[in-house]
Amino acid sequence: MPVALELIAVSKTFTMHLQGALRLPVVAGLTFSVRAGECVVLAGRSGIGKSSVLKMIFGSYRCDAGQILVCNGGQQTDVAHAPPRRMLALRRSTIGYVSQFLRAVPRVAAIDVVAEPLFGNGTSREDARSRAGELLQRLNIPGSLRSLPPATFSGGEQQRVNIARGFLPKLPVLLLDEPTASLDAANCAIVTSLIVEKKKQGAAIVAVVHDEGVREKIADAVVDLTNFAVAA
Amino acid sequence: MTAVTGMPDEQPLLIADGLSKWYGHRLGCRDVSFELYEGEVMAVVGESGSGKTTLLNLLSSQMEATSGRVLYRMRDGVTRDLAALDEAERRLLARTDWGFVHQDPAMGLRMRVSAGANVGERLMALGWQHYGRIRDTAADWLHRVEIDASRIDDFPLTYSGGMRQRLQIARNLVTQPRLILMDEPTGGLDVSVQARLLDLLRGLAADLGLSVVVVTHDLAVARLLSHRIMVMKEGDVIEAGLTDQVLDDPREPYTQLLVASILPP
Repeated sequence: MPVALELIAVSKTFTMHLQGALRLPVVAGLTFSVRAGECVVLAGRSGIGKSSVLKMIFGSYRCDAGQILVCNGGQQTDVAHAPPRRMLALRRSTIGYVSQFLRAVPRVAAIDVVAEPLFGNGTSREDARSRAGELLQRLNIPGSLRSLPPATFSGGEQQRVNIARGFLPKLPVLLLDEPTASLDAANCAIVTSLIVEKKKQGAAIVAVVHDEGVREKIADAVVDLTNFAVAA
Repeated sequence: MTAVTGMPDEQPLLIADGLSKWYGHRLGCRDVSFELYEGEVMAVVGESGSGKTTLLNLLSSQMEATSGRVLYRMRDGVTRDLAALDEAERRLLARTDWGFVHQDPAMGLRMRVSAGANVGERLMALGWQHYGRIRDTAADWLHRVEIDASRIDDFPLTYSGGMRQRLQIARNLVTQPRLILMDEPTGGLDVSVQARLLDLLRGLAADLGLSVVVVTHDLAVARLLSHRIMVMKEGDVIEAGLTDQVLDDPREPYTQLLVASILPP
């Protein structure tokens, strides 16, 4: 299978100007690649920068040095240097991201939170909503909740809404930040099987997963960020 | 975040090219350049006095730049320098292809004319004459901004602040403009009213594929509405990029200060 995502010598340091320009190194020289249908799990102790790496691939954190190459349909984009307009198009066509916590928008119903990535992609609203409903059903979000804004949902329900939003569009690269962290065993198993299905459909996945059982079922390779940490 | 429509290789709708404005020796804004494409929402943030409103006035030709140009792609596909348009052409643009949402709705509305007429007026300026069609279109727009049909003959004077702001939006959108400029559209509204307005604006911008420049000092508004963000300080653009990138990974000391100053909900 072709390489869908490649990180080459990626480095990142935060400079905190409000704390006297304190420098917090995240990673240096991070290099790995993910093929279509493959899942790479990022490992390392808490705080080492796993979520930061996902955010850099998605473009919500900047990359100081190196390249983050994303391939789709023969077109290659370097996220580290892509202009905002290119990044927005890439997020619509190629890269999906399931964050650790849902950022709820006031007044928007759960069903629309999930269906929104399909709006404007040539899918009709009805079709998008019915597909969103099916996925929410599979994730055990009862019908009565779907028309409510998720702000008042439990942590686990919010996370499943977030997962549905990330999984609904068929995107070739998927970034998952602790997708099973606040789920019970039954829902955890459902999400695990969704991830395995995504791999079979050819998605390249980078995940942060602490649960050993989930990791065993989805990981093809593990990248330990300890090896790319900057010596303090 | 909502989708950006359009092809990556198309021409920008609006181009600011090295815009500067001096009020005598005092700087309004300096060397501002950006390109805005159809369907893109860009937020301009910064404290009061940072040059945000000056920039908006330069973009809308309400003020003349000391140097620099504003280019706009007209409906015929030709991109033109706004300074080179004659007065009639500029007025037609302002009445049809642009909308301007003021912080104070009283500036964008006629307070002693009915709500329906406030919306219908822009259509009449375009030559619409059929009273029934104008009234139906106005009623349709009041519905879209969630104003009850029974209020169509009331003066905006009798409306609440949030309703006035929604009416101002309807008045602007009725001519199907492509570019909307907004100056602090949620300023002075209660939080719950703000949320409703933001949700409405978000939906309309996405559904209609509007290009929007929204000036705000409220980073939460910028995060909800915009795809891109430009941070201004003392007349200069100090940081620009994807909204989530600038807000989640701010680089400049001033941007870090702004982001750190948000109170958690």
